[in-house]
Amino acid sequence: MGFAHGVGASVERKEDDRFLRGRGRFVGDLKCAGMLEMAFVRSPLAHARITRIVKPAGADSRVFSMDDLAGVGSIVANSALAGFKSAPQPPLARDKVRHVGEAVAACLAETRAQAEDLAEQVELDLVELPAVHDMIEARAADSPRVHDHWPDNVVLETRVAGDIESVKGRAAAIVRRRLRTARQCMSPLEGRGVLAEWDTRLDQLTLHTSTQMPHIVRSGLSEVLGWPQEQIRVVAPDVGGGFGYKGILLPEEIVAAYLARKLGRPIRWIEDRREQLAGNANCREHDYDITAYADADGRLLAVDCEAHVDAGAWSIYPFSACLEAAQVASILPGPYKMEAYRCRTWSMATNKPGIVPYRGVARAGVCYAIESVMDDLAVALGMNPVELRLRNLPGPEAMPFTNITNKYFDSGDYPVCLRRAVAALDRSPPPPGPNKRRGVGVSIFCEQAAHGTSVYHGWGIPMVPGHEQAVARMTPDGGLEIRVGIQSHGQGLETTLAQVAHQILGVPLARIQVLHGDTGVTPYSTGTWGSRCMVMAGGAVAAACKELVPRLRRIGAHLLQAPEDQAVLEGGFVRAGGAELPLSEVARTWYRAPQSLPADVSGAGLEAVAGYRAKSDTGTFSYAAHAVVVEVDLEFGEVRLVDYAICEDGGVLVNPMIVDGQVIGGVAQGIGTALYEEMPFDAFGQPGAVTLADYVLPGATEVPSLRIAHMETPSPLTEFGQKGIGEGGAIGPPAAIACAVNDALRPLGARIDCLPITPARVLVALAEAAR
Amino acid sequence: MKAAAFGVEPCDTLDAALMAARAGARFIAGGQSLGPMLNLRVARPDALTPVARLPDLSGASEDADFVTLGAAVTHAAIEDGRTPDLTGGVLRRIASGIAYRAVRNRGTIGGSLCHADPAADWVATLTALGASVVIAGAGGRRAETVEGFVRGAYQTTLAPGEIVCAVRIPKIAGRFGYCKFCRKPGEFAHAMAAVCLAGSRRRAAIGATGGAPLVLEGDAVSPEGLQKAGLEGTARTMQTAALARALAEAGA
Repeated sequence: MGFAHGVGASVERKEDDRFLRGRGRFVGDLKCAGMLEMAFVRSPLAHARITRIVKPAGADSRVFSMDDLAGVGSIVANSALAGFKSAPQPPLARDKVRHVGEAVAACLAETRAQAEDLAEQVELDLVELPAVHDMIEARAADSPRVHDHWPDNVVLETRVAGDIESVKGRAAAIVRRRLRTARQCMSPLEGRGVLAEWDTRLDQLTLHTSTQMPHIVRSGLSEVLGWPQEQIRVVAPDVGGGFGYKGILLPEEIVAAYLARKLGRPIRWIEDRREQLAGNANCREHDYDITAYADADGRLLAVDCEAHVDAGAWSIYPFSACLEAAQVASILPGPYKMEAYRCRTWSMATNKPGIVPYRGVARAGVCYAIESVMDDLAVALGMNPVELRLRNLPGPEAMPFTNITNKYFDSGDYPVCLRRAVAALDRSPPPPGPNKRRGVGVSIFCEQAAHGTSVYHGWGIPMVPGHEQAVARMTPDGGLEIRVGIQSHGQGLETTLAQVAHQILGVPLARIQVLHGDTGVTPYSTGTWGSRCMVMAGGAVAAACKELVPRLRRIGAHLLQAPEDQAVLEGGFVRAGGAELPLSEVARTWYRAPQSLPADVSGAGLEAVAGYRAKSDTGTFSYAAHAVVVEVDLEFGEVRLVDYAICEDGGVLVNPMIVDGQVIGGVAQGIGTALYEEMPFDAFGQPGAVTLADYVLPGATEVPSLRIAHMETPSPLTEFGQKGIGEGGAIGPPAAIACAVNDALRPLGARIDCLPITPARVLVALAEAAR
Repeated sequence: MKAAAFGVEPCDTLDAALMAARAGARFIAGGQSLGPMLNLRVARPDALTPVARLPDLSGASEDADFVTLGAAVTHAAIEDGRTPDLTGGVLRRIASGIAYRAVRNRGTIGGSLCHADPAADWVATLTALGASVVIAGAGGRRAETVEGFVRGAYQTTLAPGEIVCAVRIPKIAGRFGYCKFCRKPGEFAHAMAAVCLAGSRRRAAIGATGGAPLVLEGDAVSPEGLQKAGLEGTARTMQTAALARALAEAGA
C-alpha cells in the first residue's frame, strides 16, 4: 500500500484528456467505406393491429419488415420466478404494435436524411386498439390486453408474507400514503448507436455499439440470430453515458447485424433525441400504497405495502420486465429495523416502452416511499423526523446486520451517517423572501452493489454474474495491458483499474493501458451495471496482477543473481540484496532475450488471466444520508434547493475525486426525478414530452453546490475494502427533496404525493388546502 | 430527425431576398426556432434564403424618440451593449435572460417576433413598450405595432413575400418592470409579465399565455385587473404573481 497513484489517490482521469478535447471516438465518429445509414419506421400509435406494410415502389432492397428477416427469432427475456408471463419480442413489430415508437420497418440509404425520406414513404395500415396507458387501470378485468395470449396484464406478482396483525395492537401511530413516481426517459449525453459490419475474412460480424455490456449483447444476438458466438464480435467504443439505458439487447442491433451480413454493406444507426424521447421513456414509474406502524417511542413495528411498477410492453433483455418490481419487495425496508413486513408487487404490462433499470433501479422509488411514511410517523408522534429515524437505524454494534428481507449489511454506522449529513447543513441561511416557505428533508438508504451469483440466479433472468475475470499482460518494454470485459462509460475505470494495477505492480499509471468493451480482446463479463465494476473488475485486476508477481520476481531474482526468496517486487522494481532491476528489464528479458532466463522458467510468461469473486456474493452495502433545505415559492410553486449535504460511506475509495464525481452526477439525476423529469402519457398512450423543450432535464444551474462528507468503513468482503458507489447519488434526492417540500407545506395543510414536484402540482396542492 | 431536402438561395440585398421569397423561399435568420422545426419536419420549405447578414437588417441606431434595431440584430449583440438601449438598460437586461448564450449568439430580435412564440421574451416586452415593426414587401414598407403584428401563437400579420426589417422602440420616460418565471435557463416560461409605467400611460403585457400577449392598460394594470382577464387555474396564480413582481420592480 501507499503508492502515490495507487488505491486511495485522487489522480486525474486518464480518459479526460481525450474527452475534454473532443477526441473521444463514439459510434457516431465511426464510418466505413460503403456504409449505409438506417432509419426506422416507428409506430405512431400505442396499440394497434398491423394490417399491411406498404413499401415505396422500387424500394424493396432498401426497406425491410419482420417478414424480410428470414430466420431471425425473437428477443426472449424470461425470469424463472414462478408466475412470470413470457412475451417474446420480434425485433420489428409483427401483427401488433405495442407502444409509440416501436420499430416496424428498417430503411437504408446513403445518408440518414435519405433514409428518413424513405421511412416517410412507407405506409402503415394500422387498426387502432384501446391503449393500456395506466398500470392501475391495467389490472381491471375489462382492461384491454397488451399481449393477446395472456389472461391479464400482470407480468409477475410477488409476495413477501409478513405478520402485520400481531404487531398492529402496539401501534401508537399508523400512517398510510399513496405515492406515484413519473415515468422518466434516461438521457445520457450520447444516445444509442450501432455500426454493424460483416468481415468476410474472419467470417464474423463486428458490431460497434454504444453498450454497457458487450458480452451480453453478443450472447443475446447469438440467441436471436442463431449465429454461433465466435462469429460475433461486439465492440463498445467510447460510450457517452449509460445509467442503464445501454444495458439492453436492442432490436436495432439485431436488425443492423442481420442486414449487414445479408447485404454485405456496413450499416449504421444513430438514435436521435426524437426516437429516444418518443419511443424510449423507460424507467422509474412506480405506484405505492404503503402503511407504516410505529410504537409510542417511534420504533417501527411494521411496514405493509402494495406496489405496482409500470413495466411497459416488452421484457427487456437481459434484466427482464420483473426485476424492478421484484426488487421493490426485497429492498423497500432499506436500512430500517422493523418487526414485521409485508409487501405485494405487480409488474404491469402497458402500451409503453419496456422498462429498463435506471441508476439505482427501484431504490429511488422505494427510498421515496419509506422516507415519506417515516416523516408521517414523526408528525403523528410529535417527534423530530431525524430522531425517529435514528431510533430505527442499525448502529455499528449491530453489524453485520441482516435486515427483515435477509439483506446482509456487512459494515457501517448508519446513525452517525445521518447525523453527519444533518450537521453539515448550513445552520443560519438568510431568511426566506415573502411568499416563500422553507422546509428540511432527509433520506438515508443503502446501495447494494456488485451482486453476485446467488442473487441473480434467484431472479432466473438470462444473465448470472460469476467470477469476474481480467487479463494482465506486460509488454516487452515494461508497459502493462489490462483487459477487462466490463465497459467504462463515465465511471473513470480506465483510471481506477490502472490505479489497482499500479498498487500491485508499481508500473507507472502512464504505462498502464486498460482495454475494455470488446468481446474480441477481453474476458467474458456481464458488463457494467449495479455498481459492480470497482469491486468485481477491480478485484479481478488485482488478482491477475498478483499472478504476475511471483513470475516477475523469479526472473528478476535470476537476473540479479539473488536467491528468489530474497527478492521482492516493489515500486516497479525487483529488489534483492541492495540491487534492483526495473520491471521493464524483466519484461524485455522474457520477450526479447529469453537466452538470459533461468533454464527452468515457467512457460506461463508475463500474461495472466485470473478470476475474482467477493467473499460473499450478496453484494456490498454502501450507504448515504442526504439532507436538504428547500424553499418553496408559494406563488409560482417553484422549489429551490437552498442547501444540500451528503454523508456517504463507500468503504475504501479507490479514487475519492471520482467518487465525488459519481455522487454529484447521481444527485443531478435525482434532482431530475424529484423536480423536473416526467414523460406523461395520455389515454391513447401518446407520450407528451417528445422534445427536450418539453422533457425538462436539470442542468448545471439546477444543481446546487453539494457538501459531501465521507465515512470510510472498509468492506470486509472485497479486495481493498471498496464498496460499489455508482448509483447512490441518484437514490437519495427524490426522498429528501419531497420530504423537505412537504415539511415546508405542512403548516399550510398541503401535501404532494407524486413526483416530480412541479410548480403546477405545488399550486394545486396549495389551492386544495386553502379550499 | 434530419430535415427534408431544401434548396438554399443566397441573396446579397433585401430586394433579391424579397424576390426569392416571392418565388417561395422562406427566410432564415438565426435559425434557433426554424432549425429545430426543419429537423422535426414541421417546416418543409422548398428553399431557404439566409437574411442574417443583409445590410438592411443589420444596423442599429437611435434618435431623440426611438431606438431602432435591425431585425437581424442578435440577442447577444443587445446583451453585450453593442446596440443603443433604453434608459436603465432595459433591452440589455431582457436579451440576457433569453434562453442561454448559445441561442442568443445566433437568435435575432426580428426572428423572435416573426416566430411569435407565446413564451418569447421580446413579444411580451416589446408589446409592453409599445414598439413597432417595420415591414418590407413588394409594395414598399409599412409599420405596425408589435401588439397588432402578433395575432396569436405563431401567428403574425406578415404576408407571404414580406419581411420584418427593423424594430422601432419608443424612448418612454417611465419605469419598466419585468418578471419571467421559468425553472431553468432555456425552459419555456410558465408566466411572464412586462410593465411600462409612464405617468398616466400604464401598460402591461402578459406573455406565456398560449396565445398573443394579454395587454392591460391604465387602471387595469394590476393583479386585480388581471383577475378579470379570463386566466384560470395555476396559470392565473402564476401570472398574477409575475405581474405583481413586475409592478414591484417598476416601483408601482
